[in-house]
Amino acid sequence: MKLTLKIWRQKNRNEKGVFVKYPMNDVDPEMSMLECLDVLNESLILRGEVPVAFEHDCREGICGSCGFVINGVAHGPERGTTACQLSMRHFKDGDELTLEPWRAKAFPLVKDLVVNRRALDHIIEAGGYVSVSTGQAPEGNTLPVGKEIADQSMDAAACIGCGACVAACPNASAALFTGAKITHLGVLPQGEPERERRALSMVAQMNAEAFGNCTSIGECTGVCPKEIPLEVIANMNRDYVCASFKRREDLPTPVAPVLQHT
Amino acid sequence: MSTTEVTPHLTEPITFWQSTNGKKVVMAVTGVMMFGFVVGHMLGNLQMFEAPEHINAYGHFLHNLGELLWIERGVLLLAIALHIIATIQLALRSKAARPVGYSRRQAINSSYASRTMYWSGPIVLAFIIFHLLQFTAGYIHPQATFVQGDVYQNVVSGFQVWWVSVWYIFAMCLLGLHLSHGLWSMFQSVGLAHPRLSPYLLNAARAVALVIVLGYISIPISVLLGFIK
Amino acid sequence: MKLDARIPSGPIQEAWAKACFDMKLVNPANKRKHSVIVVGSGLAGGAAAASLGELGYNVKCFCFQDSPRRAHSIAAQGGINAAKNYPNDGESVFRLFYDTVKGGDFRAREANVYRLAQISGKIIDQCVAQGVPFAREYGGSLANRSFGGAQVSRTFYARGQTGQQLLLGAYQALERQVHAGSVTMIPRTEMLDLIVVDGQARGIVTRSLITGEFNVHIADAVILASGGYSNVYYLSTNAKGSNVTASWRAYKRGALFANPCFTQIHPTCIPVSGDYQSKLTLMSESLRNDGRIWVPKKKGDPRPPNEIPEEERDYYLERRYPSFGNLVPRDVASRNAKAMCDEGYGVGKSGLGVYLDFSESIARLGEKTVRERYGNLFDMYQRITDENPYKTPMRIYPAIHYTMGGLWVDYQLQSNIPGLFVLGEANFSDHGANRLGASALMQGLSDGYFIIPYTVGNYLASNKFAKVDESNPAVQEAVTAVKTKIDKLLSIKGNRTVDSFHRELGKIVWDYCGMARTAEGLEVAIQKIRALRDEYWQNVTVPGSGDDLNESLEKAGRVADFFELAELMCIDALDRNESCGGHFREEYQTPDGEAQRDDERYSYVAAWGYNGPDAPPELIKEPLTFEYVHPSQRSYK
Repeated sequence: MKLTLKIWRQKNRNEKGVFVKYPMNDVDPEMSMLECLDVLNESLILRGEVPVAFEHDCREGICGSCGFVINGVAHGPERGTTACQLSMRHFKDGDELTLEPWRAKAFPLVKDLVVNRRALDHIIEAGGYVSVSTGQAPEGNTLPVGKEIADQSMDAAACIGCGACVAACPNASAALFTGAKITHLGVLPQGEPERERRALSMVAQMNAEAFGNCTSIGECTGVCPKEIPLEVIANMNRDYVCASFKRREDLPTPVAPVLQHT
Repeated sequence: MSTTEVTPHLTEPITFWQSTNGKKVVMAVTGVMMFGFVVGHMLGNLQMFEAPEHINAYGHFLHNLGELLWIERGVLLLAIALHIIATIQLALRSKAARPVGYSRRQAINSSYASRTMYWSGPIVLAFIIFHLLQFTAGYIHPQATFVQGDVYQNVVSGFQVWWVSVWYIFAMCLLGLHLSHGLWSMFQSVGLAHPRLSPYLLNAARAVALVIVLGYISIPISVLLGFIK
Repeated sequence: MKLDARIPSGPIQEAWAKACFDMKLVNPANKRKHSVIVVGSGLAGGAAAASLGELGYNVKCFCFQDSPRRAHSIAAQGGINAAKNYPNDGESVFRLFYDTVKGGDFRAREANVYRLAQISGKIIDQCVAQGVPFAREYGGSLANRSFGGAQVSRTFYARGQTGQQLLLGAYQALERQVHAGSVTMIPRTEMLDLIVVDGQARGIVTRSLITGEFNVHIADAVILASGGYSNVYYLSTNAKGSNVTASWRAYKRGALFANPCFTQIHPTCIPVSGDYQSKLTLMSESLRNDGRIWVPKKKGDPRPPNEIPEEERDYYLERRYPSFGNLVPRDVASRNAKAMCDEGYGVGKSGLGVYLDFSESIARLGEKTVRERYGNLFDMYQRITDENPYKTPMRIYPAIHYTMGGLWVDYQLQSNIPGLFVLGEANFSDHGANRLGASALMQGLSDGYFIIPYTVGNYLASNKFAKVDESNPAVQEAVTAVKTKIDKLLSIKGNRTVDSFHRELGKIVWDYCGMARTAEGLEVAIQKIRALRDEYWQNVTVPGSGDDLNESLEKAGRVADFFELAELMCIDALDRNESCGGHFREEYQTPDGEAQRDDERYSYVAAWGYNGPDAPPELIKEPLTFEYVHPSQRSYK
């Protein structure tokens, strides 16, 4: 089938970006979105042009590398699917697809469709873990964890850190990402002791980065490839509110946000 | 790794207010206060369906509350102010969080109400100002007469002007829209969520908002249709 | 050269404890003065960096992705083995050890495997403590399942995302150390050379994938945890970025590469659909627990699967292996699928596929139960193929998936270059000629969490480290070599893209050094690879420049290394005149088509040493002795 790809091209952060249209005559409906870009890039290279930079790695929808906005929707029209698993059969012959990078101040552009998502690592770094060192762990079955709790934790832990939630949020908020980690660890008995401190420090880091606020609008969960539920944000807020009303000596210190590094 | 210093606890309330999450909590709490007023005011207004003496007496009672009335007004004003300040600050932050916008955007999961909060809020505010000037202060009276103290008559004559009614109905619909998202969102903001309850919460919020809208607009409609004279 | 694997003497059960006690310790105050480089941030690298950071070493961790959380360990679906024996079904450390040695077709080092089995339980404990949301029973205890041909339920899992959850556990532990300041994380950076000074590994040369900048990082020890080399086949289940470059550059600096021809084919992947195909998608082997594999009895049967009556279906695995049936090990399942397709029984458009049928399970267990067990895999299959596996059987075909070969390491996971340690899939040590399902995660974490913290400490405490700076001739030489290569690749400006070469190389390796190999074919392959490599260096085109994000340039360097590796794989496969595990030489098979080992002549690790670009590599043998598990013909009948 024939398609036109209208792709955002930008050499780097400091240069101006533009949309460039690339007509494609021979798109197989069985291809994935990224394979379609591969084919385009092969032809660009042979024409002596610079190929489109886009991030990708596992192409199985789990590493979280890939992702861009396709026709106004992060990861494209298919729910619960990353760009790498989006099949071209969802488009019609003659369609024009607009591909844009995640757009958020906290995700500075690197090139074309590639952005820098280190801000998400910073949020984890601030407290997205259980502070347990290697070697001292008790026997695995010492603390029973009910199946419902384990499932709830797993639902949140499924986050792949792709950043689509930020991209889709009209406020460019990272609440779903942060809430997912706070929920994953917070509901488990292993994560309970640090629960409030974790919420304080992760929220502090989230606010130190240039993300917007959550308006409970729900676009994030709509585009999330793992369909992480909106409740995780409420869980984050609850832990944060509870933690904020207690006196504590050990207030978190956020690390310098991404924008200060670049 | 370099760290930015945060001064310890003396500044805790400030830190809370400075965080986006804290501001949303403030918006939720002030939202609840305003919602309380909206419900009370509606219940008061529905006395229009009884004899004129009822609502006139109610108006009289409110006016004679003295300091209490001013405390209530003060609290509400403060709530409105905080709600608006937080909104503006968060909106500015959100705008800054996406300096380059998308050329194309398609909403796939959000309600119309949630996407239009920035519009429904200010329009309702503008309406409230108009409404106060019309019925409380009596500065604007498109109707022929405004009689201080005769609430019933003022309402009836006011709503008989067609565009006052239309403006009122329009604003109340927007209020309903604002509430249908806001009532649900405040649970999210303060962190009251439960996997089994949350799915119903959004529908409950919508139902309550609908009741509020119907309660309010029943009055101008009844006036226009001649049920209330 | 004589290889010393440094296996402790005495009973195997006490070997690791003895080794640990014999190892020297670094004074706590001195730990932060020692710097350690970790290349790779997957299960092995991430776990190693986190654990060494916890101990107080000054760690730098590198990955080519934008975040350590994206390492390809994340894609492992099925689970992780551990000798916990929770289900009370006969599991023990010895049985896990036994199964792993046997599963590896008696080409693994006994002592390493025994240690792996011993440590396996601690890994689960550690991950549970980190908050890894393993599947649980209603009573709250950890759930187990049988997996990949094991007859005991020893596999722990987190839905179909076990690798993801374990990796996130390691990633979080790593980020905790980044926050504590003991680990510096350097993402989007590729290691391009190893710096060896006075015989010791003392650092690496890196290139930033964003700015193209070259940097030298000096340390007291270098740990490679850079994964496997399945992408030499172009089409594999590995991530697109997975590459052999770090290991290969170490090989060219003198590290030995062991058993390169031991590669594993995974039986349950989604078949190729077209020429544009960029990678293969694996579906968890757990599908074989409830799915039945069959082909039509009639060659080239054009009927849709649901119209083929029961008596016209050949459930060939159940027929040939009555006791293991559909749960035979990966190499056996893969080879049988290939044999069926080669004989013309294959299904699907390309004829390269067999059916994996759930209709019986759905009838027996109900669709709900099947959905609970495999829902995400079924969804993935449907997303890719547009076919509903609840209604029509899946089509599957084997795909390259894991490489057992890798850099040679001793019992302490140190290569033959002092100070160069190799962990996880990048080393060769634990899986022999075939890896059992759910063992890779176990090995990566065992190496990273529980072995390297001891052995690196031992190395650092036992050696002296002269000061090395960038003016050192060895450093200068390495940097120049790296820059020259990059410039060369950019300057060829030929007519073919890197991917077109990679595809062609992959096809050669798959055809001649894939699931079945012959001496004749391997010789052809070596000639073809050399010819294609020559063309590559004349005719490849790499667009853009070296000073910004340039994926073609990254790939060009990696493919150049794959060419050299591919040749070594064929040389190794040609040299090993026997069949074992994933290495199936058609000349060496039993009358009923099973792998025929030759323990007399080939019970050794083939470690290859680099002899310069024009000389053939040198083969150094590490003999394998089996005191606890006696080599026998593997039988799954």
